[in-house]
Amino acid sequence: MSGLHVIVEVVIAALLLLGGAFALIGSWGLARLPSLMSRLHGPTKATTLGVGSCLVASMIYFPTHGLAWTAHELLITLFLFITAPISANMIAKAYIHGLKTRVPELAEQSDVMPPVPPNATDWATFEMPKKDSAPDQE
Amino acid sequence: MIATALHIALGCVTLAVLLNLFRLFRGPTAPDRILALDTMLINAIAFIILFGILEASTVYFEAALLMAMVGFVGTVAYTKFLLRGDIVE
Repeated sequence: MSGLHVIVEVVIAALLLLGGAFALIGSWGLARLPSLMSRLHGPTKATTLGVGSCLVASMIYFPTHGLAWTAHELLITLFLFITAPISANMIAKAYIHGLKTRVPELAEQSDVMPPVPPNATDWATFEMPKKDSAPDQE
Repeated sequence: MIATALHIALGCVTLAVLLNLFRLFRGPTAPDRILALDTMLINAIAFIILFGILEASTVYFEAALLMAMVGFVGTVAYTKFLLRGDIVE
């Protein structure tokens, strides 16, 4: 009984430390990396993983300490892991559109604007919608 | 042991929020500030969860769940406004 309890304590403490460390690393990347396209990596990957780790820790903590288990942690994890890539995609899109329309001379520099993917003339977000691919458009 | 780890994790998340605040004020572009706000919200969710473990109460998870849902809508609204000049078309 007490041996199992020690294992549970160690696992929870390790997950909490890991979560705090990942959250800090992600935000450190957000503060220190040079351009927005590289800055996106820190929060969307490291910080989301840090929150997930904290949630797993609390999912283990509550049932093992005589408190009720709730599905909230699972829901928060699911929601964050679904929405983080979508919001990152939207921010990247807003960034490259803003560069092209507001500061086109800055968009010419290769270290500010991400390189165009191979076998394409430009990023797909700048293309006109094709007639076959967009059924909701007349 | 859990209490020590919890306090260290709370300190880490507090430092992370301060770093996000630095990026929020520094900018330089609007998407940078949106990203900083989004990250700050994720860190706030982590902080609420850690605080809930510290207080041994499940009430705080309701707030964390609400923030996770509303924060995503907020981020999408900001980026939609930047992209289209309008949120609901």
